[in-house]
Amino acid sequence: MMTKVELETFVEGTTHYFETAANQPASVGSPYLVNEGKPTVQEFTGLISIAGKRRGIVYFTASRPMLTVMLMRMGETELTQENMCDLVGEVANTISGNARRDFGKDFMISVPQVVAGDPEKVQTPDNTRSFVIPINWRSHSAQLVVCLE
Amino acid sequence: MAAAAQAEPLATRKLKLMICDDSNIIRRKIERELKIDRLQVISTASNGRLAVEAFRKEPADVVTMDITMPEMDGIECVEKLVGIKPDVLILIISALSDKATAIEALKRGANGFLCKPFTDKQLTDALEELLRGAQT
Repeated sequence: MMTKVELETFVEGTTHYFETAANQPASVGSPYLVNEGKPTVQEFTGLISIAGKRRGIVYFTASRPMLTVMLMRMGETELTQENMCDLVGEVANTISGNARRDFGKDFMISVPQVVAGDPEKVQTPDNTRSFVIPINWRSHSAQLVVCLE
Repeated sequence: MAAAAQAEPLATRKLKLMICDDSNIIRRKIERELKIDRLQVISTASNGRLAVEAFRKEPADVVTMDITMPEMDGIECVEKLVGIKPDVLILIISALSDKATAIEALKRGANGFLCKPFTDKQLTDALEELLRGAQT
């Protein structure tokens, strides 16, 4: 189970990402534990597998309208499906990579895997409960899901 | 002519830049936000293996290099690029923000480290610092 301090690492990473890369701060809510069923999955999801000192997954999931605005805020003019896939992967990768500042180099992260339009493909480990970090940005909502042993 | 270009000091001559990152939007962002006139993008690559191939065909003077990439990661790629051209200047641009990773990259031959996410100004400052460091 993750500690409050460990979760705070991901909250700070998410806050920092939106301030810096998306040029506009997000309102990042308190993490909550998923009690029943699977955590939320939106249209685009970027997943990072974690190995080494900790095991599990971290994923960022968001809607097409939110990703469109994020790309525009980043100065990107090609608002394509490929770039939306790229963006969710990059957000998940950046927040997970930044977590190594606190978790150390043995918190090993994979290259991003992206799921578009097929929520069933987003699988969390059966034996580990997930925390959801809610993200509200402009009029959109997204989630960072952290599921670590 | 080529010899004359080689003799020109680093501080004034045009420099060839290669961008290596598995994210298309990051490659495009670096290219778009590049504010240093004398850096000219000559190639981009989406993983370390492709970067080595491109570098063998046309060696760059300056490289921006991600670490977490498929096929060949940035740390291994840095070592290979330095093996081909020892005086290449390499700026690591990565989300991996632990000290051990930065130290490892520098040991293998990188010259600077910029942590993702980054602002346009941070990118320009990091590249300018890299170039200044090479002149001293």
